[in-house]
Amino acid sequence: MAGLELLSDQGYRVDGRRAGELRKIQARMGVFAQADGSAYIEQGNTKALAVVYGPHEIRGSRARALPDRALVNCQYSSATFSTGERKRRPHGDRKSCEMGLQLRQTFEAAILTQLHPRSQIDIYVQVLQADGGTYAACVNAATLAVLDAGIPMRDFVCACSAGFVDGTALADLSHVEEAAGGPQLALALLPAAGQIALLEMDARLHEDHLERVLEAAAQAARDVHTLLDRVVRQHVREASILLGD
Amino acid sequence: MLKSKTFLKKTRAGGVMKIVREHYLRDDIGCGAPGCAACGGAHEGPALEPQPQDPASSLCPRPHYLLPDTNVLLHQIDVLEDPAIRNVIVLQTVLQEVRNRSAPVYKRIRDVTNNREKHFYTFTNEHHRETYVEQEQGENANDRNDRAIRVAAKWYNEHLKKISAENQLQVIFITNDRKNKEKAVEEGIPAFTCEEYVKSLTANPELIDRLACLSDKGNEIESGKVLFSEHLPLSKLQQGIKSGTYLQGTFRASRENYLEATVWIHGDTEENKEIIIQGLKHLNRAVHEDIVAVELFPKSQWVAPSSVVLHDEGLNEDDVEKEEEREQMLKTAVSEKMLKPTGRVIGIIKRNWRPYCGMLSKSDIKESRRHLFTPADKRIPRIRIETRQASTLEGRRIIVAIDGWPRNSRYPNGHFVKNLGDVGEKETETEVLLLEHDVPHQPFSQAVLSFLPKMPWSITEKDMKNREDLRHLCVCSVDPPGCTDIDDALHCRELENGNLEVGVHIADVSHFIRPGNALDQESARRGTTVYLCEKRIDMVPELLSSNLCSLRSNVDRLAFSCIWEMNHNAEILKTRFTKSVINSKASLTYAEAQMRIDSATMNDDITTSLRGLNKLAKILKKRRIEKGALTLSSPEVRFHIDSETHDPIDLQTKELRETNSMVEEFMLLANISVAKKIHEEFSEHALLRKHPAPPPSNYEILVKAAKSKNLEIKTDTAKSLADSLDRAESPTFPYLNTLLRILATRCMMQAVYFCSGMDNDFHHYGLASPIYTHFTSPIRRYADIIVHRLLAVAVGADCTYPELTDKHKLADICKNLNFRHKMAQYAQRASVAFHTQLFFKSRGIISEEAYILFVRKNAIVVLIPKYGLEGTVFFEEKDKPKPRLIYDDEIPSLTIEDTVFHIFDKVKVKIMLDSSNLQHQKIRMSLVEPQIPGISISTDNSNMDLNEPERKKTKLKK
Repeated sequence: MAGLELLSDQGYRVDGRRAGELRKIQARMGVFAQADGSAYIEQGNTKALAVVYGPHEIRGSRARALPDRALVNCQYSSATFSTGERKRRPHGDRKSCEMGLQLRQTFEAAILTQLHPRSQIDIYVQVLQADGGTYAACVNAATLAVLDAGIPMRDFVCACSAGFVDGTALADLSHVEEAAGGPQLALALLPAAGQIALLEMDARLHEDHLERVLEAAAQAARDVHTLLDRVVRQHVREASILLGD
Repeated sequence: MLKSKTFLKKTRAGGVMKIVREHYLRDDIGCGAPGCAACGGAHEGPALEPQPQDPASSLCPRPHYLLPDTNVLLHQIDVLEDPAIRNVIVLQTVLQEVRNRSAPVYKRIRDVTNNREKHFYTFTNEHHRETYVEQEQGENANDRNDRAIRVAAKWYNEHLKKISAENQLQVIFITNDRKNKEKAVEEGIPAFTCEEYVKSLTANPELIDRLACLSDKGNEIESGKVLFSEHLPLSKLQQGIKSGTYLQGTFRASRENYLEATVWIHGDTEENKEIIIQGLKHLNRAVHEDIVAVELFPKSQWVAPSSVVLHDEGLNEDDVEKEEEREQMLKTAVSEKMLKPTGRVIGIIKRNWRPYCGMLSKSDIKESRRHLFTPADKRIPRIRIETRQASTLEGRRIIVAIDGWPRNSRYPNGHFVKNLGDVGEKETETEVLLLEHDVPHQPFSQAVLSFLPKMPWSITEKDMKNREDLRHLCVCSVDPPGCTDIDDALHCRELENGNLEVGVHIADVSHFIRPGNALDQESARRGTTVYLCEKRIDMVPELLSSNLCSLRSNVDRLAFSCIWEMNHNAEILKTRFTKSVINSKASLTYAEAQMRIDSATMNDDITTSLRGLNKLAKILKKRRIEKGALTLSSPEVRFHIDSETHDPIDLQTKELRETNSMVEEFMLLANISVAKKIHEEFSEHALLRKHPAPPPSNYEILVKAAKSKNLEIKTDTAKSLADSLDRAESPTFPYLNTLLRILATRCMMQAVYFCSGMDNDFHHYGLASPIYTHFTSPIRRYADIIVHRLLAVAVGADCTYPELTDKHKLADICKNLNFRHKMAQYAQRASVAFHTQLFFKSRGIISEEAYILFVRKNAIVVLIPKYGLEGTVFFEEKDKPKPRLIYDDEIPSLTIEDTVFHIFDKVKVKIMLDSSNLQHQKIRMSLVEPQIPGISISTDNSNMDLNEPERKKTKLKK
């Protein structure tokens, strides 16, 4: 039994995309009324929900307050039904802690935290369905939620993953492609300035190929930006119509 | 771009799991026909011809493209590969199915698709908006795929109508499935079976021969008798293997006896590792190299491996009774302990058929279209093929592929693939032996050549980075005469502190072959340079092997140097490795170097350097032998080749000079030093070479043979073996020692490459070294290139790459290298055998002295020292009365009438070329002395007509 062919000779991937193409992205802002900001995103079969509270006073120990900027608190969780196999995932397991920290790093770089000293911003992200690229979906959902909350940011943070198969860089990996075990790189980009908010890769990839994979991920992140920008404008237009009347 | 989703459910072992996958449908996939306005020519790579100039077909006179289904692709790939077949649309559905079912066919179809001349186009129908088909309720995967193929065929026909109504382009659906064809015709798709279509190609009648015969209707008439028991279905086999009732293993047919085979059981089980299968019925249509399932017999039915030599000679196809009679011959009374696990093949898990080289044995009936094909490899059964060009194919070497083996047929059915050329032609024979040994020998492709450095080449500043300039050293190379790929050079000089500096400089091939590019991949695939008698099959392109990498004299060359500081006792004080630039002062032959060392008058730098090296080498060798290194012997012969006709005109055994062993000694030392270094640096992924100690049972024949001459051979350690071989001298029989060494060589195991992280036994038995690798011949061995890269990283002269430190990848490389080396060796031997034939053809009949190497039940194997030629003398022929033969396994000896033959006995044999059977020319040996009435031939009737069809007593089995 031959393994899956991730990239055919004709240049099509398992699901019919070409190397640089994204999966279908659908997003909505302001899905919850109670929260300060919220958003829902679908990237192919990966679905994530983000909720933002704040900026507000520090909850719990006052000692955590930062004198010069806001504290960004991120929590990640994934639904038990998010993968093919039903599996209980307790809160605070290693994987979600790590993801929480990565999200925190990403958003500390993007949110203008110095505008809200001694306060706290909470970002909660939940993955409802996982089909590869969960980090990217979380970041994109959280960006929309932060925008929805009206918290000032330097720029959108757009994230996308990229992999490397047979000398070609593939953008926006699906679960099948991730499971094949090749190198995978996650990139969070501030598209306007081209600054990198977070870059993560935990496989071995030769230095020579890094630039190409990075460029593929960056291009995909810029594509994501175009789409998210459209979603935000649409949302603002709808909101202004409601307010205007 | 339209995107849509489908949901696929899949079950995996252990539970039902719902897997959801996206499936995007596109509308930008081109149809492959250039100039198609509807698709905008949106496709890259090879495409179809706008006006297919197909061979005239009486069935479909209009220009057309072909669209084969999966089974046609799988079984008729030989037809599709023919240059006459062009403009074929390969659907993605078909390609995926082929990929899952047969890797070799998948590779072949990919090669064909990449060939622009063939105009094959792969259409990604599964992702095309209009050709995508969803699996319906109650429809199985196969039916869905068949429907998908028909839908695509239909779409194509409508699509082509749109673009060129006046051209009347057509897509013809080729399928061998009757139902599928009917359905297609119903839907209005022009459909034919492969046979119908190929037969309609009036301009290319020869294609019919390449058709695989799958319909069994032709064979049923022949004999209703079922010869073989049915193969069990795969599901049952897997069940049986899991529960332990059946065993799975690789089927290996015997070269010497077509009614016997062994199955090597997979896995680590110590007992029943090797199972013997005897008799046609028990072999049950398994072919050499197949993966089979075996049922073990109870102990009472176990047999011993027979030592009879049997070749399938029967021209009559169905004389099964005779087979049974022959099978009886195999069964003989033997002692209990000789019995080996025995079983029978009950099913085939995986066929490993490939195209086979061989010759046609033309049927006796003149008009018959069915003929038997005799493969060159004795382990492959004869194959029945159907051809109309038997008369043209007679006397030619051809390639044939097996299609199937029905239960009622004595031989498998196959079809003709390719004509290689006349028998006995040197080119044809060379091609045959290269093909048979799977040696990649095509010229290097453009992609590979594009990675060669541009000429004129010179050393640049950049090359000098991390490189030491050693051009001032007095380096020279010593090689056999006529050698153009010089990969090693040496130097030796005295240092100021009185010590000696010795350097081994190896061509820096890894500088030119960068990891991962086409050149690297091709060299890795070839694995080794293959030296045939008159030809060399290079591993790297000639520009590198004979020029840029060859360390020729008086030019600057890049090298990888291993430099030791030694005292005069040849003890290593310091070792250092560096990439360098050298300028060899002289390329000498072994003889020239020897002359310089011996002549008292020469005292130049080169000569003193050589003398220093020689002195050290002698000490090194002595020390190595003390440690227990073996000196073995094999009868090596070289041909003197006529420079005009390239025919061999003389034979000579290889001469060994001091200088040979001098170079060898330093190469061994360099290899050991490098092995230590890379293992130190990369304990998990160093590529090393080991030579396992043979199991004691391997030595049985040697010990027995020596005993018969009242000598004792100890085999408990390499050291004691070496010592006892040294002591085994007989004053009356000086050649005995060499014979014993030849026998000892046969007892040895094969040395292999391995990855240090995957094994923990590193010992090299033959060289008595705890660790060893290959470093000194990167031009002709790929293993050395990897070792060079590892060493370069270890000394910081080059950067690493991911595959280099992946032990599984490395293990895969080792596996391929071991296979290629083995095959190269076999090809070399086959080439020598062929040239021996040519040589004796020109010599006529000669009588020579020979020694008996092995004694078999009905034959003796003899060695003729003068030619290094080995052959079998048979004592049984089917047309003659059987002589009285008594075989004793214990001594071992064979008694014929009243004469006893022991191992090492001196006999006199007559050698002649047997041309009576044009299909298989062979060297025959017959006994001259000692004389046995009715068996040996007398010396005076040597003017016997050799071409008379009556069989002589003997023949060579090579």
